[in-house]
Order: sequence, then C-alpha cells, then structure tokens
Amino acid sequence: MTRSSIGDVHPQHMAFDEPILLKSGETLSSYQLTFETYGSLNEEKTNAVLVCHALNASHHVAGTYNGDEKTRGWWDNLIGPGKPLDTNRFFVIGLNNLGGCHGSTGPSSVNPATTEPWGSTFPMVTVEDWVETQARLATKLGIETFAAVIGGSLGGMQALQWTIDQPTRIKNAVIVASAPKLSAQNIAFNEVARQAITLDPEFYGGDFYQQKTLPRSGLKIARMIGHITYLSDDSMDVKFGRSLREDVLKFNFDTEFQIESYLRYQGDKFAETFDANTYLRITKALDYFDPATKYSGKLSATLSHAQANYLVISFTSDWRFSPKRSREIVDALVANKLNVSYGEIDSPHGHDAFLMDEPVYHDLIGAYFDRVWKEHKDE
Amino acid sequence: MSSDNTIRRQDYQIITEMIEDGSTVLDLGCGDGSLLLHLKQTRNVSGYGVEKDDRNVLASLSNGINVVQSDLEQGLAGFGPVTFDYVVLSLTLQAVHQTEAIIDEMLRVGRQVIVTFPNFGFWRHRLQIFLGQAPVSKQLPYQWYDTPNVHVLTINDFENFCVSHNARILDKVVLSERGRPIDAFPNLMGALAIYRFDKG
Repeated sequence: MTRSSIGDVHPQHMAFDEPILLKSGETLSSYQLTFETYGSLNEEKTNAVLVCHALNASHHVAGTYNGDEKTRGWWDNLIGPGKPLDTNRFFVIGLNNLGGCHGSTGPSSVNPATTEPWGSTFPMVTVEDWVETQARLATKLGIETFAAVIGGSLGGMQALQWTIDQPTRIKNAVIVASAPKLSAQNIAFNEVARQAITLDPEFYGGDFYQQKTLPRSGLKIARMIGHITYLSDDSMDVKFGRSLREDVLKFNFDTEFQIESYLRYQGDKFAETFDANTYLRITKALDYFDPATKYSGKLSATLSHAQANYLVISFTSDWRFSPKRSREIVDALVANKLNVSYGEIDSPHGHDAFLMDEPVYHDLIGAYFDRVWKEHKDE
Repeated sequence: MSSDNTIRRQDYQIITEMIEDGSTVLDLGCGDGSLLLHLKQTRNVSGYGVEKDDRNVLASLSNGINVVQSDLEQGLAGFGPVTFDYVVLSLTLQAVHQTEAIIDEMLRVGRQVIVTFPNFGFWRHRLQIFLGQAPVSKQLPYQWYDTPNVHVLTINDFENFCVSHNARILDKVVLSERGRPIDAFPNLMGALAIYRFDKG
C-alpha cells in the first residue's frame, strides 16, 4: 500500500440558523462552522469519520493549501490515501469547533446583533455543545451515522462524549491520549495560562479587538506553559538538554539556554495566530468536561447507554493525561461489556506523541480502521 | 513451534469444553487472540484479552479481539469484582512471578478461573532430572538458560496450593503426551493439566 498525501485541500463553511441552547444556559441564534473533507462519501453515507481537534488545532487536519508544505494539516501523518485512516476508504471530516478562531463562529467573529466582535460577550462553550454542533453539521451533510469519531487529548473527550450523547449515530470511537475528566493539576495549569492572558494589560477584559491590539505576552506565556505539559522531561532533555545558544554564559536574562529560545519562539508564533478569547474558552471547556457528573461521578453508569466500539490509546511518558487516565475509560467500558481495545504505547514523547508518526501507534490505528472498514462493508 | 501449536490446540479444546455458551471471558496473556477468537466462534462469548507485547496486541486487534495492553504482573486492578464468568490463564502459570497475587486477582474478577500448565512431574521430566538434566520436552520446550518459566510445578503441587488457598476445584482434565485425557497416575503420566476452580 503506498502512502501519499491528500494534496491540496480547501476549507468549506456551513451556516446554521437554528438557535443552539448551550450548556451554560446561553443561546446562540446563528453560527457558522468551518470544515474540510477528504475522500468521498459513499452512496449509503456510511463511511464518514469525524476528526475532533484539541486545544490549539483546527479543521485543517490533512493536506496542504496551494502546495505549500508549511501548511500541512496537523494530523497529515495519520490521514490520507493509504495512511492508517485511509481516505481511499473513508470520508474524513475535520472541523473547527464552535468558539474557535479558524473560521467557525467564535469570540473574534462579529456579533450580528451589535456588528462588533463578540469578545468578552461570547458565551462559554463545552464539549457537549461541540458534539451537538458536530451532529448538526453531520445532519446537514446527510450523514446519519459516523463510522468513527476520532480525536486526541481534548479531541478524544469529544469522541467519548459522542458515544454518550449520540449513541445511535456513532459506530466507533478512537480516543487517544485523553482522560475522562481533568485532574486538579490539569486545571491548575489551565488556570495559570488563563491568568497570564487575563492579566495582560492588552487584554482589555477580552475586548482588545476594538483597541486594535492583542494580549501577546499573555498568550505567549500561556502557550509556553501548555507546551511544557505536552513534552516529557526525557524528550526535552534529549532535544535540548542544557545546550546554550552561545558558548558562554552571559549572566543576564536574555535567552541563554536553547529550551528558552524554543519556548519563546513557540509562544511568539502562537500569540500572532491564535485568539486569546478562544484559548480561554477552550481551557474552560477542558476544565468543565466531566460526563460522569450526571451519574454521581460514576463513569461506568455514564456509559450504560453507549453502543459504540472503542479503541483507547495512551503513551507511557504522557504525564498530562497519563495511561492511568485512559485506563479509567477502558475499565468503565469493560464494566459495561462494551467492545474496547487499549494500547499503551511505549513512547518517550509525552503528550505530543499522539501527533507523531510512531509505527506501533499508527499500526494499531490502521488495524482498527481495517476492522471498521470490514464491519462497515459487512452491513 | 509445531509441537507448541499442537499443545495449544489440545489446551484450547479442553478450555472450550469447560466454557458455557454466551459467557464473558478474560484471557490473561492472550497472545494473538486465537483462543478468544475460537471461543467467540464456537461459544459466542464476549471476551477481552490482556496482553503485554506490542506485536501480540496488534495481532489480537487485527483478529477482531478486544485486547487490553497491560502487564498482568501489575495485577488486574482496573477490573471490578466478578466482572467475568471465566478468567483464563493458559500455559502461563509457570511463567508468572507473582503467582499467589495473580490467582487471587483472577478469583476476584472472575466467577470461575481456568488455568492450564505443563506438569513438571510428568515421567519424562522426572527421567531427565534423574539423568542429571533440566527437563526439556514438548511441554517445556526451553533450555534452562532461555526459559520464561520461573515456577515449574506439578499436578500435586497445584492441588496442594488450591487446598491451602481455599480454591475449590470444579473440573480437572489431565492430558497425556499425545493429548489424550488420562485418569490413572496423572502426576506421573500427565503432560498437561487443565483446572477449573472458584473461591469455594
């Protein structure tokens, strides 16, 4: 099987005029979702796979824009012709979630009622709200049931939520490097990131658009903190160690160590491209995620109406969402006698391993989608 | 390998006969999932395998088996009490370090437990020891220096263990070297033992 890239792709937009009541109690009267699709939807519309993004990604999952290598999608190593999620077989959809900043309606969009950017007035969005909007997009595309919903980290939480909220509309959930809810430590990191943003004088309470400025330093620090949690101690040591940018110590506060330089670069890049209000809301969506709350904290009870088959994957060096967190999901699924397989991948790359081309990991996903494909053909 | 496969087939056959239709099975050290696949096809069981090795996890997944990647020496902590009708440990008991802990865990998560192991007391093994060599046979196909087996045991040893650990033996099949069930002098004539037991 030859693996190739999907090639050039184009974002699409879908407008929704039916109001949505959000979990927060607020209502959005209309909104737009931006998405991309790869491969073709079969006549029976049974081969669709939804890819859910995590904190700082988008609908641009695979392929490139205008042949520019630098625009390659964030999960291009996994998705494409002949790849583990094979676009010769499946119709793959990536979308930017509601509240995002890559084309879907979010805080940086214009509020039609005021003709000003939403800014601080944009409502909180949750994983449940995303699942609802994703389901509405599927309906508009004529897709009644997804062959699979797949995601890593926060994306995995959406896949899990799909099986709870839309049990009849999802056949398989692939949940990678995820957790059934955040720990106090996870929330703590998010709160530090939020404080960095909201205390930036350029934030203006979230209404910085009108001031023609950006809370760059806040976003930069938020991204630097987040980035540390995506890597493992070992992988940072291997990649940077204590290497210096110049040969001698300068005894000042310039960037001296390579790791400082790397984090600052990542932070600066992110601050120019990502919306601060979106970042704040997505971290809150992470904090709020806990589908078991409705069932007195019992995840197994929460999944009692689920019907999907599951693949759950974790990475040994991931300390943000450790293997233990994935096992909580697996054990709750086993308690419900649901079909689940679980791979605990030996990887040094921390949380970010889910974005990497690790053969053992990709082989598992490939084998699972082979199964999904065969089951779908047998029907 | 072919003799190993023959033993496995005999072993699977007896295990299959012990398992009721439509039950739930946890297979510890499930390899490529072939026992669970066989049980799915012939007994309509819903089951899960536990497996440590990457290649075996992938093979199980490809075989359509539910497989949970885990080192069974770490215990079965994630599985709730009496989650499965049967917990199976096939041809692995002798290679396990924490034998007592694992049997306790199996009895906790399963209604019944099925274990199979090569009988160290088999006459051919005794003869080799008598002649001054560590036994090597179809059932114990390793040299002393490359064997995964750490707790070789006899049929008598296992039955004494069951008595001292309050495990109630429900069913016992001992196979000869040729894979035929035998009743007479099992600890001497038996090459492979299969036990089904519960907490008693």
